[in-house]
Amino acid sequence: MITAKTSGRRSRLGRLARREERTAYLFLLPWLAGLLMFWIVPILWSVALSASDWDIISKPSWVGLGNYREMLFDDRHFWLAIRVTLKYILLSVPLYIVAGLVLSLLLNLKLRGMNLFRTILFVPSVLSGVAVAILWVALLNPDVGAVNSILRAVGIDNPPRWLGSPTWAVPSVVLIGLWGVGGGAIIYLSGLQNIGAQLYEAAALDGAGPWRRFRYVTLPMLTPTLLFVLLTSLIDAFQVFDTAFIVSGAQGAAGDSLRFYLLNVWYEGFRNGRLGYASAEAWVLVIAAALVILLIFRTSGRWVYYEYDPEKER
Amino acid sequence: MKTVEAPSVRADAPARARAGRVGRRWRPRTLVFRLVMYALLLGLSAFILLPVGWMLTAALKPDRVPVFTATPEWWPREFWHWENFRRVLTESMPFLRYTLNTTLVVVSNVLGVLISCSLVGFGFARMRFRGSKILFSILIITMLIPWQVLMVPQFLMFFKIHWYGTYLPLIVPSFGGTAFFIFLIRQYMRTIPRDLDDAARVDGLNNWQIFWRIILPLSTPVLTVCAVFTFLWNWNNLLGPLLYLDSDEKFTVAIGLANLVTRSDTPWNLMMAANLLSIIPPIVVYFFAQKKLIGGIASVGLKG
Repeated sequence: MITAKTSGRRSRLGRLARREERTAYLFLLPWLAGLLMFWIVPILWSVALSASDWDIISKPSWVGLGNYREMLFDDRHFWLAIRVTLKYILLSVPLYIVAGLVLSLLLNLKLRGMNLFRTILFVPSVLSGVAVAILWVALLNPDVGAVNSILRAVGIDNPPRWLGSPTWAVPSVVLIGLWGVGGGAIIYLSGLQNIGAQLYEAAALDGAGPWRRFRYVTLPMLTPTLLFVLLTSLIDAFQVFDTAFIVSGAQGAAGDSLRFYLLNVWYEGFRNGRLGYASAEAWVLVIAAALVILLIFRTSGRWVYYEYDPEKER
Repeated sequence: MKTVEAPSVRADAPARARAGRVGRRWRPRTLVFRLVMYALLLGLSAFILLPVGWMLTAALKPDRVPVFTATPEWWPREFWHWENFRRVLTESMPFLRYTLNTTLVVVSNVLGVLISCSLVGFGFARMRFRGSKILFSILIITMLIPWQVLMVPQFLMFFKIHWYGTYLPLIVPSFGGTAFFIFLIRQYMRTIPRDLDDAARVDGLNNWQIFWRIILPLSTPVLTVCAVFTFLWNWNNLLGPLLYLDSDEKFTVAIGLANLVTRSDTPWNLMMAANLLSIIPPIVVYFFAQKKLIGGIASVGLKG
């Protein structure tokens, strides 16, 4: 039945429609070529690589699942990288989501000079991870950095050693990221500005105060934005590289407490020359990220509220 | 409240029409509340600006005097060593070279993204063809795949075709389009009224002419957003250049900075001077594009 339907449709495609189809594929050509060259070929290659032992120079040898076995049972750094990354995710994602939301509510107030404040607070989000990391490595220098000087001046005699301390290293990276939280606030702001004013008017007529208006109007209407921010901040957290790279370079051996997952993959592949093993590690990251994203999408139906469904509107 | 809407093409026009007045901002009524809010905003601004200001004063200090003093010294006490910037750019460090290299990579990427993504976005937004649904799903999937899985095999591929040590691996992929931008452009172009195409077809324009003369000029807001994001991402990109560039005269600003940190003997004043110079282009672009950028994010939106 399905075949009959498609063939029927095919014969009905006129000359014009067929010409449009050809032109459409011409428009899509750059992307199709890029998809083949930069995605499909490398991905297939990567699957093969992850099951081999290869350093570019010698011949690759097939090890099957050996790379994965080594990771699970015989690689201290792999587990270290997972611990560091998980710790970062647990600390940073909830903090950035809440801080971004609070900041956007503040920036959404109708006050004189608000544009200036917005401009200032968004600045860090356009700066490079490298520049921000270098700045904060200097500010957080345990002995002479500005942060600890201020802490000592207000009477804290033994301020933390920040990036140099195993306990404080990850929280320090979280703190550095907090400096750029304005970037997330932009997204919330656009979400806030799409909430219809009549909803607030109706809520006010029903006698709702500021808190209840936030709880029962703003928050539900903002859930699609929250979902987006949750997903992007999780994906970002899986991929911390620049800050960790800069800080490890600046701190020497203490960098082990900042062996983020992606940095670890880079070390294995491009410092130790184990390209097959690095591919396998990259796959573990991708699968873990995919599972988390899938889980969030699965549960999102329960807490995300869509005012209208764009798919139904065509 | 006036609701005079310019007859412009907005991605969220239907949503706006349905929701009535939007963009509601709450005006705090009491003076105390307003003062508290201002205090908060000023505190947060200081949290952003003081580190940047500190970077400037640190960059202006002489080599001998430690950048770090027992109490943070925000103001250089004696000399303003503006020549530190010159030293970083040309004399003791080649940051002028790095800046030109980065500019080459960034401009090529912006061009590549604009050309490829507008074409592909048009194809997805306004043309009917078999397989469009499947291809669009593939596009969305590539948006969600973390590119790390590609890091090693892409490196090997570029190595095999002798692109290692050149800018090609950093530039050519942009001409294949970026899924996220194709998606944004497609969403935007879909909202441009179809009547325009039909009228143009009656006037005898073909698809290419409709793309070039009608749809593209109407899409400048979303194209600006894509160009600015491409600029920022590439200017700030560390890992790509780190993988593919192997010689000092080809390095970009990001690698130049990273190398300063890894080398333990770099004086802090020069490091801060280099760092400060590196953030000027993104900040300038941000200031000029600010309205469009924020408006663009808002109008392209997160729906659909």
